[in-house]
Amino acid sequence: MGQTLVEKIISTHASKVTYQNEITIVDVDAVMASDTTAPLTIKSFEEMGGSQVWDPSKVIFVIDHAAPAPNERIANLHSLMRDFARNQGIKLYDVGSGICHQLMVENGHVKPGQLVLGADSHTCTYGALGAFATGVGSTDLAAVLLTGKTWIKVPPTIKIQLNGTLQPGVSAKDLILFIVGHLGIDGATYKAVEFTGEAIEALSFDSRLTIANMAIEMGAKAGFVDTVGLELPYEFNHIHPDEDAIYETVYTFDVSKLEPQVSIPHSPDNVKPISEVEGKVIQQAFLGSCTNGRLEDLHEAAKILEGKTIHPEVRFMVAAASNEVYLRALQDGTAETLVRAGATFLPSGCGPCVGTHLGVPGNDEGIISSTNRNFRGRMGNRNSNVYLGSPATVAASALFGKITNPTKLLKEEVK
Amino acid sequence: MILEGTAHVYGDNIDTDRIIAGKYTKTLNMQELADHVFEDLDPDFRVKLKNGDILVAGNNFGCGSSREQAPLALKKAGVSIVIARSFARIFYRNAINIGLPILEINDHTISDKDQLKVNLSTGVVENLTTSEGYHGSEMPLVMIDIINDGGLVKYLKKRGTYQLT
Repeated sequence: MGQTLVEKIISTHASKVTYQNEITIVDVDAVMASDTTAPLTIKSFEEMGGSQVWDPSKVIFVIDHAAPAPNERIANLHSLMRDFARNQGIKLYDVGSGICHQLMVENGHVKPGQLVLGADSHTCTYGALGAFATGVGSTDLAAVLLTGKTWIKVPPTIKIQLNGTLQPGVSAKDLILFIVGHLGIDGATYKAVEFTGEAIEALSFDSRLTIANMAIEMGAKAGFVDTVGLELPYEFNHIHPDEDAIYETVYTFDVSKLEPQVSIPHSPDNVKPISEVEGKVIQQAFLGSCTNGRLEDLHEAAKILEGKTIHPEVRFMVAAASNEVYLRALQDGTAETLVRAGATFLPSGCGPCVGTHLGVPGNDEGIISSTNRNFRGRMGNRNSNVYLGSPATVAASALFGKITNPTKLLKEEVK
Repeated sequence: MILEGTAHVYGDNIDTDRIIAGKYTKTLNMQELADHVFEDLDPDFRVKLKNGDILVAGNNFGCGSSREQAPLALKKAGVSIVIARSFARIFYRNAINIGLPILEINDHTISDKDQLKVNLSTGVVENLTTSEGYHGSEMPLVMIDIINDGGLVKYLKKRGTYQLT
């Protein structure tokens, strides 16, 4: 009987053939925890009686959610992580290195076909390179530190077939916002999602990461983006589902007429075509996060802001997804273009997206953000309104001080 | 185990940011978490909630972040069990792992302030106010084992590794 991607990968890690809805114990290839989840992981691990982690080479800690530390209490939690990492001989990416998911991919900690758990819901990002990667809590992760294993229920899979060619100025973020809007915030709960079709095959690796990243925004356990045409800096085997794999649902969309999409407050699935939201005044724009803080995203914004100045009443903040991304943006002039347009660069990290520090909005302010969630209070103030859009939409909106369709700007330039 | 308490009823899609905002998650002090639980959803929640009370929600409770601080904050604040029509999957696992009982009941008519009596072993809920009864969905056996052992820490201390019975 044919298998979906998730059935194939779990079978490999359970050392037996498994299908949807079976419960099995699997070997885990790598685990990751951030400064939101690692301190509790350490506490649980010690309470379990753990003294040495099962395999130090497979454990990665990242200090990114409140980095650099905004106060002494958080500084002390960071110290706890550093001490534990040093004592256990595990890899820790310290303040400023970047966002956990970007670092996991950028530094080869996760490979196609692997089974990876992260104590962060956006761990599903690694599905862009054909890994089964899912978010768990701190205690679940502590159990892996102790045993190298976890239990898992093999999820049924939803297939999303995306046909057609995207219009100029319409990007992977618009695609995934459209899909999240269509399926809803619990449309894929307990399930895996496979994204495939010519619109996916045309996407860069950066863009595929954006798609997989937001699978959790419809509740999915994991998201897989077809690796057809994908190039990675090392040799890897493309893993494909069997042709006779059994899917719970198959959705087919033609995306050739899709316009930019915007998620309006206060839920990521509250998605509208930009024509219905245009003109909404914003005071802050944020470009960054594990969803859209990569080099391609900075390039998209720079294309729109080259030689221009953002609206005087907008604060435009940029945080590259990693220091490596930041460095490349410095080297190729992208960072200079953005700063000359009025951007403020923040340290590479998650702060503004999770509302821990940096860029907390004021009451009644509107924010356009390239991040993944606009739950009430998400950016640190329950009385603000967060809109989600693509990097091009964020840049165009920063330029005019109101939500602006970037495709119009691109068309004007062609004339 | 039998739990009895007053129901506090909320709606669909209550996300982890509203259970405990990101800015409060960086602590190992559970009381601090409890002090801010539901702050952005219902500022009066901490005043209304008595120890042992029951939280009742609609669909997709706990969507969003993997932060285990969400069920920890509810448990420390005194919530004895969360009943919802459905749960987001990470929250569902986290709650079991930390020993916060949860029950998925697709079809119920519980109103705010109803007195509930929950039999955790059978998944049956009696509404003492309306005399109605509801039955929760079955859980995987491994999860029942984890709950019966008192959470994942105690489960692994006792057994050393996972067992699928």
